[in-house]
Amino acid sequence: MGAANVDKYKSNGSTAGDLLEWVDARFPLMALWNEHLAKYYAPKNFNFWYFFGSLALLVLVIQIVTGIFLVMHYKPDASLNASGVPVAFASVEYIMRDVPWGWLIRYLHSTGASAFFVVVYLHMYRGLIYGSYRKPRELVWIFGVMIFLALMGEAFMGYLLPWGQMSYWGAQVILNLFSAIPLVGNELTLWIRGDYVIGDATLNRMFSLHVIAVPLVLIGLVAAHIIALHEVGSNNPDGVEIKKKKDEHGIPLDGIPFHPYYTVKDIVGVVVFLMAFSVIVFFMPEGGGYFLEYNNFFPADPLVTPPHIAPVWYFTPYYSILRANTVNFFWIDAKLWGVIFMGLGVMIFFFLPWLDRSPVKSIRYRGPLFKGALGIFLVSFFILGYLGMLAPTPGRTLVSQICTILYFAFFLLMPIYTALDKCKPEPERVTG
Amino acid sequence: MSCDETVDCGRRRLLVATSVAGGVAGVAVAIPFVSTFAPSERAKSAGAPVEVDISKLNPGEMMTVEWRGKPVWIIHRTKEMLDDLTKIADKMADPQSNRTMQPEYAKNEHRSIKPEYLVAIGICTHLGCSPSEKFKTGAESGVSPEWTGGFLCPCHGSLFDLAGRVYKSMPAPDNLEVPPHYYLSDAKILIGEEKKGA
Repeated sequence: MGAANVDKYKSNGSTAGDLLEWVDARFPLMALWNEHLAKYYAPKNFNFWYFFGSLALLVLVIQIVTGIFLVMHYKPDASLNASGVPVAFASVEYIMRDVPWGWLIRYLHSTGASAFFVVVYLHMYRGLIYGSYRKPRELVWIFGVMIFLALMGEAFMGYLLPWGQMSYWGAQVILNLFSAIPLVGNELTLWIRGDYVIGDATLNRMFSLHVIAVPLVLIGLVAAHIIALHEVGSNNPDGVEIKKKKDEHGIPLDGIPFHPYYTVKDIVGVVVFLMAFSVIVFFMPEGGGYFLEYNNFFPADPLVTPPHIAPVWYFTPYYSILRANTVNFFWIDAKLWGVIFMGLGVMIFFFLPWLDRSPVKSIRYRGPLFKGALGIFLVSFFILGYLGMLAPTPGRTLVSQICTILYFAFFLLMPIYTALDKCKPEPERVTG
Repeated sequence: MSCDETVDCGRRRLLVATSVAGGVAGVAVAIPFVSTFAPSERAKSAGAPVEVDISKLNPGEMMTVEWRGKPVWIIHRTKEMLDDLTKIADKMADPQSNRTMQPEYAKNEHRSIKPEYLVAIGICTHLGCSPSEKFKTGAESGVSPEWTGGFLCPCHGSLFDLAGRVYKSMPAPDNLEVPPHYYLSDAKILIGEEKKGA
C-alpha cells in the first residue's frame, strides 16, 4: 500500500484542479486511483479469457440496481390473496404485467443470474488453465471461491422468491439436505425453515438474506478479492511473474497501466457482452426453460411435487453429484454421503493452490498429464451438468457416479500427476 | 506472559478480563438474534387435527388432504393390493417397519389400523418431495415389469409400495411417515391426534 507516501495532488489553478486538490488533501483519492487503475501495472499479454473478471463486476452492478427496483414492487408473502394465489407469486405477475417496464427490470435480473454464473464459471476456468490460484495468489483464489459460494446461496434464495412450484420444491429439497446431518439435522432444518414446513417464515427470511445480508457479504468479498489481487499483481497467460523484470523506475517491463489500456479493452468486452445479454433479455428471457423453468409459472402447491424437478442449469453438476450417491457404506446413509460429496465438490476448490505441484503455472507449458486431466474434468463437469437436468434412471445414475469419481480424481490425484508431468520450460518474459 | 518494562502485567490482566467479559456479552446478545430463526409461537400453535370423510373413497383409489401444510394420503387398498404387500416384502428395506416412522398401532406389514386403509404423509423421506402415484401394475406402469403398484418420487427416483414402504437401495432411507390418527367412526378419520386413552 503506497497510499501514504504518494505526493498529494497539486492544482493547476483551474476550478476543477482546486477542488481536486482540496479533496485529495482530505481523502486519498489520487492514491486510490493510481494504485488500482492508472498505476496498476497489469501484464501486457491478457487475452480473451481476461474479460470475465470485469464482466462479473458489471453483472453484480446490474443485479444490485435491478434488485433495488424489484424490491419496490415485490411482496415476500406466502399467504393467499382474494383470488387464492400466493401474494408473492401474484406480486411477480404484477411486476411483469402492470408495473411500467417492470417486465424488463425483472428479465434483466433473472437473466442476470444466469449471466453471472456464465461469466463466473469462465472466470474460474481461466484461473484453472493459467494457474492463477498458485503462489502468491492463494488468497485471491480463496476469496474467489468464497464469492462463488456466496453467489450460490444468493441464487438459491432468489429463486425461492417468486414462490412458484420450482421455487417451493427446489427449496424443499435443498433445505432438507441439512436434515441429513446426524443428531442435529432435523432441529437445524427446523431452525432454518422457521416452521414445520416451508412457508411464510421461510420466504421472509430468504428475502431478507437475499436483498441485504448476502449482497453485503458479496460486495465485501469482491473488494477483498480485488485488493488481494492488486497487492500481488495479476497473473497472465504465460504464468510468469512480470514483477521479476522491472525497469529503472521499478515498473515491470511487461506491465502496462490498467487505465487506459485495459479499461478500454474491457469496454469492448462489455459492449459484446451487453449485445448477447440484450438478445436473451428481449428475445428469449426464459432461455428455453433453462433460465426460468416452466414449472415456476405455477404458484407453489405444498401438496403436489411437479413430475420432474431439476435445479437451474448452474446448479445441475452439483445436483448430479448429490444424486450419484446411492450406496450406504461406513454406516452412513447414502443421503448423508450425497450431501457430503456435494459440499466437498465446491469446497475442494479451496485446496487447489496446495494440490498443484507443477513447476509451471500456465497450460501453455504444462505436459500431457495435466492437459488430459483437465479435459476429463471438463467433460465430466458437462456430463454431470447435463444429467442433473434429467430424471434419474439406473443408467444415468451409473454415468453420474463415474463422472463424480472423475470430478474428484482431478483434484485428489493432482499432487501426483502434476509432479510427474513433463512440462516445457517457462520463458523469462511474457510472449505476447 | 513475561513482565518487563514494556508490559504492565496489571493492565494486561485488566485488558484480558474486560475483553473476555465483552466477548461473553457479545455472545449473549447473539442469542436473541439466533433465536428469532426458530418457529414462532404462531407456527407452533398451527396444525390443528383434520377430520376426513372416507365414505366416498372407492377400493383402489386415493385421496389427499392437507395437514400442517403437508399432503396426507389416504389409500383404500383392494384385496390384491394387500396380498401383493406380503409377496414383495423381501424387496423392502424395512418390511416390518422396525424403524420408528409410524405410531405403534400402525407398526405392522400393512402399516395401518385397518388393513384396507393406509394413512401416510406423502413426503419422501429423502429430501421432502411428494412422490407421484404409480398405481398401474406391470410394464404398463413404466416402472418395471414386476411392479405391483406404489409411488415414485420424481426428485431422486425412490420407490415406495402401497404401504408406503421404501424399496431396498433407494435414496430414501425410511418408509413414509404415518401421522397420528384414529377412526371417529367407520367413515371418518381424524388426522393429527392419537385416540385418547388408547
